[in-house]
Amino acid sequence: MATMPASASDLLKSFKLKTKQQELLIRVSILCLVYILAFITRLFSVLRYESMIHEFDPYFNYRTTLYLTENGFYDFWNWFDYESWYPLGRIVGGTLYPGLMVTAVLIYRILRFLRFAVHIREVCVLTAPFFASNTTLVAYFFGKEIWDSGAGLVAAILIAVCPGYISRSVAGSYDNEGVAIFALLFTFYVFVKAVNTGSLAWSLASAFGYFYMVSAWGGYVFIINLIPLYVLVLLITGRYSMRLYVAYNCMYILGMLLAMQIRFVGFQHVQSGEHMAAMGVFFLMQVFYFLDWVKHMLSDTKLFQAFLRITVTSAVAVGGIALGLGMVSGYISPWTGRFYSLLDPTYAKDHIPIIASVSEHQPTAWSSFMFDFHILLFLFPAGLYFCFKRLSDATIFIVMYGLTSMYFAGVMVRLILVATPAVCLISAIAVSATVKNLTVLLRSKNKVVQTGSTKGSGGSKSSSKALLDQSQPFQKNGAIALLFGAFYLLSRYATHCTWVTSEAYSSPSIVLAARGAHGNRVIFDDYREAYFWLRQNTPQDAKVMSWWDYGYQITAMGNRAVIVDNNTWNNTHIATVGRAMSSYEDEAIEIIRSLDVDYVLVVFGGVTGYSSDDINKFLWMVRIGGGVFPVIKEPDYLVNGEYRVDKGAAPKMLNCLMYKLCYYRFGEMMTEYGKPPGYDRARGVEIGNKDVKLEHLEEAFTTSNWIVRIYRVKPPNNRW
Amino acid sequence: MEAWIRARVTLALTLFALLFFVSRSSPPRQFVISNAERRIDLSSHIINVHLTLKVENTGTRPASEVVLALTPTEVDHLAMVDALAIKGKRKKTTSVHLEVKPTELPDAPPIDAKYFTIYLADPLNSGESTTLEVLYVFMHFLEPFPAEIAQSESQLVFYHDTALILSPYHIKQQTTFIKTPSTKVESFIRVEPTNRVGTEIKYGPYEDCPPYSISPIHVHFENNSPFAVVEELVQEIEISHWGNIQVTEHYTLVHAGARHKGVFSRVDYQSRQFSNGASSFRYLLARLPARVHSVYYRDEIGNISSSHLRTNSLKSELEIEPRYPLFGGWKATFVIGYGLPLQDFLFESSDDKRYLNFTFGCPLIGMVVDKLTIKVVLPEGSTDPSPVVPFPVEHRLEL
Repeated sequence: MATMPASASDLLKSFKLKTKQQELLIRVSILCLVYILAFITRLFSVLRYESMIHEFDPYFNYRTTLYLTENGFYDFWNWFDYESWYPLGRIVGGTLYPGLMVTAVLIYRILRFLRFAVHIREVCVLTAPFFASNTTLVAYFFGKEIWDSGAGLVAAILIAVCPGYISRSVAGSYDNEGVAIFALLFTFYVFVKAVNTGSLAWSLASAFGYFYMVSAWGGYVFIINLIPLYVLVLLITGRYSMRLYVAYNCMYILGMLLAMQIRFVGFQHVQSGEHMAAMGVFFLMQVFYFLDWVKHMLSDTKLFQAFLRITVTSAVAVGGIALGLGMVSGYISPWTGRFYSLLDPTYAKDHIPIIASVSEHQPTAWSSFMFDFHILLFLFPAGLYFCFKRLSDATIFIVMYGLTSMYFAGVMVRLILVATPAVCLISAIAVSATVKNLTVLLRSKNKVVQTGSTKGSGGSKSSSKALLDQSQPFQKNGAIALLFGAFYLLSRYATHCTWVTSEAYSSPSIVLAARGAHGNRVIFDDYREAYFWLRQNTPQDAKVMSWWDYGYQITAMGNRAVIVDNNTWNNTHIATVGRAMSSYEDEAIEIIRSLDVDYVLVVFGGVTGYSSDDINKFLWMVRIGGGVFPVIKEPDYLVNGEYRVDKGAAPKMLNCLMYKLCYYRFGEMMTEYGKPPGYDRARGVEIGNKDVKLEHLEEAFTTSNWIVRIYRVKPPNNRW
Repeated sequence: MEAWIRARVTLALTLFALLFFVSRSSPPRQFVISNAERRIDLSSHIINVHLTLKVENTGTRPASEVVLALTPTEVDHLAMVDALAIKGKRKKTTSVHLEVKPTELPDAPPIDAKYFTIYLADPLNSGESTTLEVLYVFMHFLEPFPAEIAQSESQLVFYHDTALILSPYHIKQQTTFIKTPSTKVESFIRVEPTNRVGTEIKYGPYEDCPPYSISPIHVHFENNSPFAVVEELVQEIEISHWGNIQVTEHYTLVHAGARHKGVFSRVDYQSRQFSNGASSFRYLLARLPARVHSVYYRDEIGNISSSHLRTNSLKSELEIEPRYPLFGGWKATFVIGYGLPLQDFLFESSDDKRYLNFTFGCPLIGMVVDKLTIKVVLPEGSTDPSPVVPFPVEHRLEL
């Protein structure tokens, strides 16, 4: 019996770890927890609703993924989809970024191989959380690379729950961004690693990371412009080195060649204006290298100065002439509207209404910055301060990434997503550095006391610290207070993130939930009701006209051909639909017949008070329609610049097709107690035209809460 | 000794064969039906016909085969025929289940008819009589007329039959009662004496009808009961080693009544529930086995949130609502899945075999299933599976 405790303590002793091992253990377990946390915090929507695809675009991704699993890669690559953009169709393989679908199918195949009988839908739903988890790991390594492992851990934790990232990576949000943020951060991390080490292997890895990013998201343009910019800054600040040369050249050349394999991108790397910066920097790099070599060969500094001047001038001149010639001859395409709208926030509003009409393309409001970043917004400048204090190749990169992406986030709401990793990393540096400084302060003082009492061997060091203590008497208390403050802030951040995730970002938007009169949850499943009705009860070859927002959902869930969908490459086609919706019925029917439409679908929120319906989007239809067809004029639909649907509305508004389709027989409907019939709850007014008569269309289906209304186009009357 | 037994067996067999031959060749006319009463229930789209026959053997030999006759259209729509022999008198009656088989009559009568033979448990001696109860179930038998209706109209259907029961026997007295779901009867053909009271039309009594006498009638009436038809049902029963049976049922549901024509107006459907869309249906009820768990109800595009499950120790009821109300001709597909405890359905016998005892059919109530496929997925390592089904089915083994 007596030997038992002894052997147990021996065992314990053998398990006792050294400090370094302990640290490793803590670090690994924190990372594991963060990995799991990042995954499960994104599952709110699955628990609250079901395992389903959210929003609009993901439905296209899901549909193509389904096609890929069923028909294999080559069929997918050559798929001509006749269901979208009727009558044009869509060459799917050449007009999409296949990275997401291929990734999902790969995961699906692996799971199948491991004998997990899962449905591809579940894989698609959980792809984004899975990649978010992976992103936390990359954030850790990135943080470790630019600062230290503590900053890495904090970065991993911050990014795991940051609402700016969660908004696009909850379960079911099966969109390109889900994997692209991972690819983006991975490419940056590996590139910084390559710059720090000058290793060919790391730069090769960054080229492949870039390739993955190109295959996944159009946001790769950000990488191909940020990295050259970063290299340029390093060149200007005199930080040119062989490491940089190896990293950039390898990454650029290989990345470019690999990216050309994606059909949607093709030769853009050598032909499009948006990619020219990278090429310019590439040539500049060669000039630098050449100059370096010449400097090495020439001993005379004066001669070298002259040579430098001539070379730089001529190189810039040659580059400028080449660019000018390319532009003029049309070999290099000019910048696209999307790119302009990024640089100039007002550009889209004036020139491309179709970009401006999307709510996620609007300039960001302060509130949404606060909503998505919370305390990170304050930590970000602090982090920048720390970065500038300890300037290195890596911190320069993160500073540049942070500043540029912050600017873009201000221009467009959706680009908050791109800024999020940078903000998290820089804030993590702030948190980590602050906490580290404070704890060092606390600890060193304790040590001083200890060393002072037990041993007298502290020497001059301890005495100097004791001196320091005397100079700042409340330092310890101050440090403790500050630490508590920091932890309080961080805990607020965690609470805020969970709340935002659960309340704002976890609704699938295809199923709407509201609170009933008794506090019970009421579910409006009208979208799927309508799409399933279309799928089951209309002819196989029926063509459905709706505003483009619903195109992907109709093809994916309704399985019917649509006139326009969310892939907005053909402005004229969309404008035609906009024109049909904003014309009088007898004019609209001509357009509808010319487009061979069988059913017209509108979304209407007047009964439920659902505000993102077609009436509220209608002005964009007018603007986009009017942008191509000057017959449609926006002022015709407004009264004194005001948009109304009640009695005071413009006569054209009250009789256009959209108004008629939304409010057909709505005048008989009692929506709210104590209000007259035909009271529109979404806009809070009694409608102006209660006696809507349809001549060429008839109501085919209206969902139980009236959210989706489908009309059948009547065949023309017999002629005699 | 052994040879003697064999000889006896052979003799018995021969005798039996002889008997069989004799009874086959005997004309069926040795019976007379002294009283026939027919009750036709038209209240849903599944038609139940209860036929009570009092059969008397007027022949010289005892006989045990009673022949029923049906018209070819009736046979096409016949889902089930069942016969009971009623014994005893008044309150002390007991019923015995009898075997019914389709047969061909060798001495074909002039009329186009299909025949079923009821095999009596005990041969009926000459001069004796017995009471038989026959149940026919017909489906897809009501013809919607008009074939297309608008939302505000109610569904009218035709029922075709004959006022006189088609029979190869002489019927001394017969009556037919037709029960309609409501009092709204557009028209019906009278064959005097005919009497209509409330929801019931009475044909007869008719006296002394010779064999094969018919008198075609039709009834045109309102029937707004749900004409819910499952065009195809694929039921997968997966048996797991781990004590669970997972059942997945894929439905293709269609409203087989009069087709919906023109507009579907939600205003009318919501505000005037009774006069609008009367023939459409929204709810279906599935009666699932007790102790059911992990029930789900979904379709290709996700979960359908409108369903309720009520369970108790004896049965479970699942009330489901398709995504939209079904009007005539509208379709909906969906999947119902549930898990069941294995010990309720799997039994082990002494010969080291295991038997899965599962109800054949569709748990939805009031439903006609046109095509039913049941797949039983056996656990790994199972050998020599064989189905036992009380009626003929096609079956095959997939590996």
